[in-house]
Amino acid sequence: MEAASGRRIRVLVAKLGLDAHDRGAKVVARAYRDAGFEVIYTGLYQRPEAVAAAAIQEDVDVVAVSSLAGAHGVLIPQLIQLLREQGVDDVLILAGGIIPEDEVPALLEAGVSRVFGPGSDLEEIIEYTRENVKR
Amino acid sequence: MATAERKERFAGVSDRPVKRFYGPDDIAGFEYDRDLGDPGEYPFTRGVHPTMYRGKLWTMRQFAGFGTAEETNARFRYLLEQGQTGLSTAFDMPTLLGYDSDHPYANGEVGKLGVAIDSLRDFEILFDSIPLDKVSTSMTINPPASIMLAMYLVVAEKQGVAWDQVSGTIQNDILKDYIAQKTYIYPPGPSMRLITDVMAFCARNVPRWNTISISGYHIREAGATAAQELAFTLADGMAYVEAGIRAGLDVDEFAPRLSFFFDVHNDFFEEIAKFRAARRIWARVMRERFGARNPRSWMLRTHAQTAGVSLTAQQPENNIVRVALQALAAVLGGTQSLHTNSYDEALALPSEEAVRIALRTQQIIAEESGVANVVDPLAGSYYVEYLTNKLEEEAWDYFGKIEALGGVVAAIEKGWFQQQIADSAYRFQRRVMNGDYKVVGVNAYVDPDEKPATNILKVNPEVQRRQIERVREVRATRDQKAAEAALAELRRASQTDENLMPYIIECVRSYCTVGEICGAWRELWGEYREESVY
Repeated sequence: MEAASGRRIRVLVAKLGLDAHDRGAKVVARAYRDAGFEVIYTGLYQRPEAVAAAAIQEDVDVVAVSSLAGAHGVLIPQLIQLLREQGVDDVLILAGGIIPEDEVPALLEAGVSRVFGPGSDLEEIIEYTRENVKR
Repeated sequence: MATAERKERFAGVSDRPVKRFYGPDDIAGFEYDRDLGDPGEYPFTRGVHPTMYRGKLWTMRQFAGFGTAEETNARFRYLLEQGQTGLSTAFDMPTLLGYDSDHPYANGEVGKLGVAIDSLRDFEILFDSIPLDKVSTSMTINPPASIMLAMYLVVAEKQGVAWDQVSGTIQNDILKDYIAQKTYIYPPGPSMRLITDVMAFCARNVPRWNTISISGYHIREAGATAAQELAFTLADGMAYVEAGIRAGLDVDEFAPRLSFFFDVHNDFFEEIAKFRAARRIWARVMRERFGARNPRSWMLRTHAQTAGVSLTAQQPENNIVRVALQALAAVLGGTQSLHTNSYDEALALPSEEAVRIALRTQQIIAEESGVANVVDPLAGSYYVEYLTNKLEEEAWDYFGKIEALGGVVAAIEKGWFQQQIADSAYRFQRRVMNGDYKVVGVNAYVDPDEKPATNILKVNPEVQRRQIERVREVRATRDQKAAEAALAELRRASQTDENLMPYIIECVRSYCTVGEICGAWRELWGEYREESVY
């Protein structure tokens, strides 16, 4: 799976904060890998600073954050802010997990492109990523 | 005669092929006394009590916790008023991982997934007006489990309830944390030491306390099949028994207080068989391998919870039906206590209305369905006995593999369990994607006009601020010298092989915080880090 630059699309699948639920993140990481993306999974318990640094260092095209513990409203905007402060604004940011419908607009406002809720189709996530990657 | 069937291959949620029907050949060699025995008799396949629910219904125990201790105390009291018979406490992520609410890592997570507990002050509020000699309490927490037990004992003492009168359970199952739940803090060595200290302390001081709830729930929720859940959980159980024996305890001194916790998923008969197989395997292992002589050491007593992972965010009302079927399987499987999930849990923590329906589901099964009138009614069914045998056989295959890897801890360190579970989770998701496994409302019978759910529980955003204020006030107003001395003593004892429980109790009594105690151990023991596999 290639980005406009001709190389394979690089995705960072991230778990932020103290949220230990990693089933979904791992399934999504594997689905990206099987679809031909280059995948880096952060593992659990990452601070926004560490995820931002990894995104920059690994030069990823996509950061897909999984959140099932309710801290998305604080940690995802922090991550996006950190990326912007370091001059990164062309990375596609996706969120998934248990994120109540009425908290989605604030995340979109903060710079998340799309939120995938429980039961989302893996193909749809991959298709969306392919079509919306920004570089 | 038509022999065409709807599809080529039939298989349930664990993907084990299912034949059209089962008969005597499928359970060849079946012997009633050896394989089942009457209820309450070795090997307890039919249940651990002779009368089962005719004697006493299972404990209806809804897992609850959010916000501050005040809010969770109100939910506890509501549940008890609605006829619930035991309490079960959910803690927030910072508490589970040993951080106080004012730690920078706790930002955004305080009170979100459970109740925030920083010090004894919170526990005094949490159990206010709840008589600890009458209600049993389960606490789902692992590395800080000994601290929560200590707080519970001090609160009981303040209520005038003797320690030998309190009953309850701490999860305290670190092995499944490394395998699946991932709320670990310390490396395996000191983590296992905390557990054996609790086992030894309770055997002598808190005889009605269940010291470990050996849990398959999280293993299953993370993606394992029924056979993997069964096998990995019982393997963990055997590892705890070995650890207790290595720590110098007699097996019959601690084994009767080991309890279990299983998931109840969608495949009705497979789940019933899983409970029956679990009891039979455990009885044989305890008697034959570990030489336990007390029949109570042979009995696998278990809590069950319906499968959170089976709930859908789409058409959430359908979850009421899923939960009812799963709960019925747990009861037919002979569980000792049960949590039924609320229909809105794929969206948020449960609302009061959703929790009430979940509890009523259990009450309807208990009072109206008639299944509580008779013990193990499915015994002798060709299919159920075949599945019970089959799951037992699959579990023994896994035990052999784990042994060959060098035991549970070695297999964890090699990432073997984690890979097995990730593989199963992915395989299942592929089946959902290609329509081989149907999920109503998700990949079948989809409602295109569905409106997003309203009326979900919101944790008050003020919770974090209030909780931070409280922990700071506790630190500012406690006897600082006493707190420091207790913590220093705990630090000293932690570097010896003394039992740590008395020192933890002293710390808690002096209002040392969860973060201070866990922080001291972090410094001494370091933190566990896993190599992620997917």
